[in-house]
Amino acid sequence: MSSDPPHGRDLSAVADRLARLKQFTPARIGLGRAGPGQPTAANLKFLLDHARARDAVHAALDFEAIAGALSARGWTPIHVQSAAGDRTEYLRRPDLGRRLSPAGRLILERQERGSDVSVVAADGLSSSAIATNLLPTLISLRPLLQRRRLTIGPLVLVEQGRVAIGDEIGELMDAKLALVLIGERPGLSAADSLGAYITWRPRVGSMDSRRNCISNIRAAGLPPEGAARQIDELVGRAFMHSTTGVGLNELCFTEPAFPVIESR
Amino acid sequence: MAYKSTANGVGRVFPDLKSLLAKASPPRSGDALAGIAAQSAIERVAAQMALADLPLKAFLQVDLVPFEEDEVSRLIHDTHDPVAFAAISHLTVGQFREWLLDARTTTDRLTALAPGVTPEMAAAVSKIMRLQDLIVVGAKCSVLTAFRNRIGLAGRLSTRLQPNHSTDDSRGIAASLLDGLSFGVGDAVIGVNPATDSMQDYVRIVTLLDEIRRRLDIPTQACCLGHVTTAIQAMNLGAPVDLVFQSIAGSEKANRGFGISLSALAEAREAALSLGRGTVGQNVMYFETGQGSALSADAHFGVDQQTMEARAYAVARQFKPLLVNTVVGFIGPEYLYNGKEIIRAGLEDHFCGKLLGLPMGCDVCYTNHAEADQDDMDALLTLLSAAGVTFVIAVPGADDVMLNYQSLAFHDILYVRKALGRRCAPEFEDWLMRTGLVGADGDLIEKAAAGAIAPALAMIESMEAR
Repeated sequence: MSSDPPHGRDLSAVADRLARLKQFTPARIGLGRAGPGQPTAANLKFLLDHARARDAVHAALDFEAIAGALSARGWTPIHVQSAAGDRTEYLRRPDLGRRLSPAGRLILERQERGSDVSVVAADGLSSSAIATNLLPTLISLRPLLQRRRLTIGPLVLVEQGRVAIGDEIGELMDAKLALVLIGERPGLSAADSLGAYITWRPRVGSMDSRRNCISNIRAAGLPPEGAARQIDELVGRAFMHSTTGVGLNELCFTEPAFPVIESR
Repeated sequence: MAYKSTANGVGRVFPDLKSLLAKASPPRSGDALAGIAAQSAIERVAAQMALADLPLKAFLQVDLVPFEEDEVSRLIHDTHDPVAFAAISHLTVGQFREWLLDARTTTDRLTALAPGVTPEMAAAVSKIMRLQDLIVVGAKCSVLTAFRNRIGLAGRLSTRLQPNHSTDDSRGIAASLLDGLSFGVGDAVIGVNPATDSMQDYVRIVTLLDEIRRRLDIPTQACCLGHVTTAIQAMNLGAPVDLVFQSIAGSEKANRGFGISLSALAEAREAALSLGRGTVGQNVMYFETGQGSALSADAHFGVDQQTMEARAYAVARQFKPLLVNTVVGFIGPEYLYNGKEIIRAGLEDHFCGKLLGLPMGCDVCYTNHAEADQDDMDALLTLLSAAGVTFVIAVPGADDVMLNYQSLAFHDILYVRKALGRRCAPEFEDWLMRTGLVGADGDLIEKAAAGAIAPALAMIESMEAR
């Protein structure tokens, strides 16, 4: 022990002073310790948060229940699969999650084409995001889009889907714009975040720089009603300027929409 | 040129060097995603046998990424030291492994060899090494760097304190920073990943970190991990930049994806050197790398992800960095699927980096969609420490609230110091004792007086939000 700490007059312990800083950050500071390890309660809290994130990634989504709830709200849901056969393949092969299964393609080829907006909802990396936040977002969004007199195609529910599957679907449906609502990669603090990606004139192989994104849609983040308003605003701007992504940001520099840096 | 081997009674031909290296790679999802991995376990071993018989000289005759269109290939070629290489120029890859393991191959001989080893040679030999081989050779390598303290001395393990905040709130960053200091973390660097790439935030963050460092008189260095071009602009404005950070990869095309080139890195290094902020040394660069980054930028040229990673180290060593680390588990399960793949990759990266002469560290980490958990991180941390890793990264409670992934907790640093007896940089250790955070036995003091960090606490408490 040093004989003369320079600020030794302040006798309150470091841990007590640090505990007061918790108000400034959601980070796990001031946990205390048991020898070199974390206290049992902190250790178990971490395990629970990780378990929630793991379950969000791996739990199968009840597509029938979601489709039923959407039908009751006036949507016409269609359930298709991506080319990824199961969760393991989905995680190992992002390329397959970006393409429709042959059966899914056949189903969509029989649908009516040429609507303004094609809405796609995909489980992505969090089924709990779809289970919790899809319906409230769509309920708020529908009247807003209708007020713009935009036609909305059938709602495509995709199992094992990635963001870019909206390109194939939008192209197949000959939509002017694709809106993809997808479960985001879960973090420890939030396992049910929904992301919204919009792409003007979607085509297979569209670059991520052509999309705009609204992220962290969940009750404790960006609440679904607010997210619906932001999506509607972006869609409005996209139709006004006939573009999305970096191009739209450059046109609307006063209030930038977020371009997509990376989509998984 | 084709490469042949006979394994299990079946002869096989590998059409070129990159396919031989890819098929000889221990399994990982990224090589399968790229469609270049071995199709069977026997094919993999057959490739490893052919690779073991290959003379090291062969790597000087083949460019895996075409020389004409790739400045990284040209850099590797132009900086290769034939005098240093003479010590191993007569060996095959398999004999090189045995040479590395031999007790007569001492630390001094490995240090002298480094400029004679190309990334491809390092990657090749690692593919026929077990974890224990990677550990024992890694531990023999010694790489010393310095800025305000000395990094890489024998028996030491340094740490990066990573006090990220989801919106870069100054008080939030400072709160995590002080929490980390109270665990004795932060001698490698106090480094913040900014949530944006804005110039104002970069300047605000480096100014904040510098203010805390000066108030507490900490012998360490700070860094905002923004883009290299942002760092150059900030330095032109007079911002207090200790280390310049950049993510780098193993091909010119992949680096272009990061928005950088060798000349941009050289310019940034010159600017940082001109500030003369180091006290005991002038290593001013900090690089991060990671297997899979070239493939994710579609810039891998059919080369396996581990070899591409080693090529990034050729870029790093050109700029005499203070620190380099692989962000091994961050990229996701499509490149490294589970704990087993992440652990092996972490040890490969450390070995290759050290063999090439880099101060190699590791972000021991994983994402929530990888098949990995805290036990895997304990295993990797323990193995890397046994291998003499230069530094690791730690965040509060293992949870990075900005980047949404799990790195090590500050507590994990206490664990590894206890379990393996590794100490922090000597200048930083003296500071911890002087402030009363650590006792003469090197252990944290149970109820350290807040006086140790009082000036910084007072500063945060009086700060306005943001």
